Amino acid sequence: MIEIKELTRSFNTHKVLDSLNLTIEKGTTCVIIGRSGCGKSVLLKHIVRVLIPEKGKIYIEGKDLDTLNEKELDNLRLRIGLVFQGGALFDSLTVGENVGFGLIEHTKISHKELLEKIEEALSLVGLCGIGNLMPAELSGGMKKRVALARAICVKPDIILYDEPTTGVDPITADSINELIKALHDKLKVTSVVVTHDMKSAYRVADRIAMLYQGKIIAEGTPEEIQNTQHPVVHQFINGLAQGPITETLDSFR
Amino acid sequence: MKKLFLILGKRVLALLYLLGGLSYLASQTFYWLFIPPFKKERIFEQCKKAGMDSLPIVSLIAFFIGVIMALQTAYQMQRLGAEMYIGSIVALSMVRELGPVITALIVAGRVGASITAEIGSMQVTEQVDALQTLATSPIKYLVVPRLLALSIMEPLLTLYANIIGIFGGYLICVYRLGVSSGMYRYITFSALLYKDLFTGLFKALFFGMIIAFVSCYEGFKVEGGAEGVGKATAQAVVTMFILIIAFDCLFTALFYFIFP
Repeated sequence: MIEIKELTRSFNTHKVLDSLNLTIEKGTTCVIIGRSGCGKSVLLKHIVRVLIPEKGKIYIEGKDLDTLNEKELDNLRLRIGLVFQGGALFDSLTVGENVGFGLIEHTKISHKELLEKIEEALSLVGLCGIGNLMPAELSGGMKKRVALARAICVKPDIILYDEPTTGVDPITADSINELIKALHDKLKVTSVVVTHDMKSAYRVADRIAMLYQGKIIAEGTPEEIQNTQHPVVHQFINGLAQGPITETLDSFR
Repeated sequence: MKKLFLILGKRVLALLYLLGGLSYLASQTFYWLFIPPFKKERIFEQCKKAGMDSLPIVSLIAFFIGVIMALQTAYQMQRLGAEMYIGSIVALSMVRELGPVITALIVAGRVGASITAEIGSMQVTEQVDALQTLATSPIKYLVVPRLLALSIMEPLLTLYANIIGIFGGYLICVYRLGVSSGMYRYITFSALLYKDLFTGLFKALFFGMIIAFVSCYEGFKVEGGAEGVGKATAQAVVTMFILIIAFDCLFTALFYFIFP
């Protein structure tokens, strides 16, 4: 279970997260929706403690991240896989070395076993036999899948996806959605998916939460969110140009 | 007047910020230096990039510097009929001063700039964050191998540059100015003391560390995409050049008074 309490974070004078509260139950897929630049990726980076909160607490499996030492934090990070928006593959390493990075750095398994685990992770994302390619030789969709393979190679309990379907064609987007669902069903992981692609959100979510002005303004099942009367959520999920979100922006102009 | 103080204040703050950042990075790097696992292959790879790949340019520049030194010294020495002492002047200048400084400037421009650009690109494409999420310290993975490689290769390259520079001077003296080969070698080696060599190599070691820390620091600081990488690389080269020359001046003065 992931519990986020009163999380606050500013960049310069702009408050990106403002006393945000969210609880994600174990084994569920929670989709966080919101406009580009509203702080969704920042939230994910706080969960894996790449960013440190100004105020507030994050608890993972009941452990307060503030109280963990370096070693405990690393052990926890090995149980969390983060799939970055652009893949963030190490471009000096091959696809195989990227996927097996966590195992190479933190375990002493044999070379044969390592190759098997890399191939297993790549086959889960439907990319067998590309271990010797360099990231520069891959398409955008393949990079996202390799990033996903890297995240699942260490068998994490939690997978965080940062806009997994952004910038890929609709067919690849759909196959990534299928993959997220399949991983959730097969590995029973807790998933947090950050996206503004509503089709993807409805497809993979057990629960959907909307982030707006630094806070979670609505949370519920996909059906509840689809039938919401909340004007901000309604404007966002229906992709309307007119509504409270754009009125707020217009008032600044 | 107020504007002048404002500009001055900003510059001082920027300098303090840089020194603070470098000190923090250095303390973290020395901490991670002693934390296992130790991956030798990563250090060898960086040694190759920093050392082996710099050999051609270091050879060329050191050779020309040796030739230029010999010719410029000959201009004055010929008037005094003391051409045979050119060898000692070339050797001392190379070993004490030009070898370490020229090599450091070449390595800063070639290797340091590429380190900043590489780490900067990793920063903007979230690869540095990805390292952290994979429970790997970016300092351990990126800075420690580069610090070790530059600390090892910079003195070795300097030693090599010294030899090539002295060889350049030898060619001019023996084949153009008529100094005998034996005399040139005798004058060169009788003028050189161990302390000259060690002070030069000490400087080289320190310059190697400056290049590693500044280039990595500027790389980690990159923000804002390709433009940010370009700016950081230019800033890193300027900072490395200034620090190398400033510390060279400091060490030269220090060694002059400690080992007169």
